[in-house]
Formats: sequence, structure tokens, C-alpha cells
Amino acid sequence: MTSDVQLHHNQEFLSELKECAKLLSEKLQGDQYEEASQLIHTMLEARDRHIFQSVGRLTRGLHNAIVNFHVDADLSEEPPRVDSSEIRDASNRLNYVIELTQKAAEKTMDMVDEAAPIAMNLGQEASVLRDQWARLKRREMGPDEFRQLYARMDDFLAQMATGTEQLSRNLQDIILEQGFQDLTGQVLKRVIGLISDVEQDLVSLVRIAGQVEEITGLKSLVEDGDEQTDLKEKRKTQAEGPQIDAATRLDVVSSQDEVDDLLSSLGF
Amino acid sequence: MKILIVDDFSTMRRIIKNLLRDLGFSNTHEADDGVTALPMLRSGDFDFLVTDWNMPGMTGIDLLRAVRADEKLAALPVLMVTAEAKRDQIIEAAQAGVNGYVVKPFTAQALKEKIEKIFERVG
Repeated sequence: MTSDVQLHHNQEFLSELKECAKLLSEKLQGDQYEEASQLIHTMLEARDRHIFQSVGRLTRGLHNAIVNFHVDADLSEEPPRVDSSEIRDASNRLNYVIELTQKAAEKTMDMVDEAAPIAMNLGQEASVLRDQWARLKRREMGPDEFRQLYARMDDFLAQMATGTEQLSRNLQDIILEQGFQDLTGQVLKRVIGLISDVEQDLVSLVRIAGQVEEITGLKSLVEDGDEQTDLKEKRKTQAEGPQIDAATRLDVVSSQDEVDDLLSSLGF
Repeated sequence: MKILIVDDFSTMRRIIKNLLRDLGFSNTHEADDGVTALPMLRSGDFDFLVTDWNMPGMTGIDLLRAVRADEKLAALPVLMVTAEAKRDQIIEAAQAGVNGYVVKPFTAQALKEKIEKIFERVG
């Protein structure tokens, strides 16, 4: 790992400094000012060299990350233009997921919109016929009415046949539409893999950078306390999208009931 | 009643539109972002706004604030229908003047109750 290499070089640099420091001390005590001066010069050179090499290592690490993720970019442009990369590919895949799920949802709703009136009409007609049939059973129906009922019943049975056939088809189509989950699931798995890889590389780079900072005495890049608290405050109300783990978090509600309770407890 | 439904996902707009229609509200209009919604509200005589929180251009909470800050729109009843479920967010919305808050996924019953509640208060 490059961070191990960095650590090794840090230790080498430190031992070199320690040796020079010992020598420097001796020379100073022996009033050998010219040689002491020479030693200080050597130490400065060693430090500069170390900084350049460490920064070079860091740069190479970054470059490797770009290569690993097949980033094809024109770096001479300002800002740099990325023509293609694994991350860009992942973005495209995620957009594909959005598109696919939207199409499936629309198609499903279309099927339902088509089926609903069919079901409703059949239901209404059945209801009317049932009333008529009840009258027939109570012998409240004359022969003319009976003939109408006879014909109407015939029609109804035909409607039932075609109507329920249509309903079955729609229901089956709805099932088929759910197939999107398989396709989107596969795409999402790949993207999850890519994100893991990116995180690993980033963490490794941060580690190297940390080691370079330590040893070269460069100013720490940690944000000051105030900025941290401001960020925390802002994050509290920052949108997070749908909660996937509501049960395990204290700052999140898990149901409409909890929303209502929270609001009424505050007088809203 | 003229209603504006704002959400950046067309499937959600369609679902809400259908539910409103089942409740008897068929005069519905749609916008896909706070940015497009605001001018519609300003020129449109809407009686009710249903909005999501998370939208790329102008978020629902910012839309709510803009509505409450506008003289003409300040009293417009606003219902938030959103996946955002953090307590701090719910409180922020209430403090900004939202009239109801429905979390996704929601039931037709929940939507109906919140709408009825809003209009029994206002009307």
C-alpha cells in the first residue's frame, strides 16, 4: 500500500534528521560553526527533498485513482472536462434506474386506470340485475319486464366474459411490469460496488495525505470549531430523502402517527 | 377548488392527482419544481398547494417560505407530502407555516384526513 511506503519514508526522514541533529549538537559544542552551518543546510535540503517526494507520491496516488476509475478527461480545460469514467457510467446507470422505475409505475397505473371502470361497470350492472332478480323471485315481475331482464342478463353475461378477460390481462401485465425490480436491482448492485471502491481509494489517499502533512509540518486542514458547529446545525434540517433506517434513529419519525403526535405536542 | 400539485417525480404527481380526484377534487394543476410553481401560484388563483420537499431548483420548504412572504399568497393553505421524516424538518415546516405534513409512503386515508383537517380549520 502506498501509505505504508509513505510511512517508511517518514521514518527514514526522521532518523536522518535525528542523526543530523546529534551531529549538529556536537559541532556547536565544539564551536565548529562552519560545519554546523553546513549541517543545517543539509537538513533543510533533506526536508525539501522529503516534501517533494511525499507530494509526488500523493500525486501519483491521485493519478492512479483516476486511472482505476477509467476517468477519461481533458485536464487542460478549465474546469477539466470528463469525457467518460466509471463514475459517469454509474451515473448513467442510475438514471436508467429512474427511467425504468418511472416507466413501470406509469404502465402499471395505466393498467389500473383501464381496469377500474370495467370493474365498476360490471359491479353496477350486477347490482341492478340482483335487484331485478329479487323482484322476480318475489313474483313482482310481469312478462314484459321478465323478457327485458332475460335479455339484459344475457348481455351482462357476455360483458362479464369480455370484461373479466380484459381484467385478467391487465392484472397479468401489472405483474410483468414489476420485472423492473430485477433489472434495477442488478444495476444498483454494480453501482454499490463502484461506490465502495471509490470510498476505499479516497480513504487511502486521505491517509497518505495525513502522513505527508504530519511529517512535513504543513498546516493542519482541520476546520476550526465554529465552522464545525455551524455545519452540524445546518445538517439537522438538511433534506435526507426517504429514511431507510427510521427505527434505529432518534431524530427521525417512522409513521404518519408520529408526525401528527410531534406536531400536536408543539401546539400545531 | 383549484389545486396545485408540486413534485419533481411525475409518478407521484399522478398518484396525488388520482387520489384528489377520488376525493372529488378534479381541478388540479401540476408543477415539477418550486421554481416553476411560484409564478403559477402568483398568477393563478389557486386555493390549495400540495408540495414535496426535495426538489432540485427550489425546495418545498423554500417554496412555502416564498408563499408565506408574498402578500397575495400568504394565506394559501399548504400541505407538504414528502419522504423527509426528520423531527427537525417537521418542526421547521410547522414553524414556516405549513398547514399539514404527510410523510411518504402514505395512505389515501391519511391524505384525506389531512385535507379535511386543513379545510375545516380554514373554512
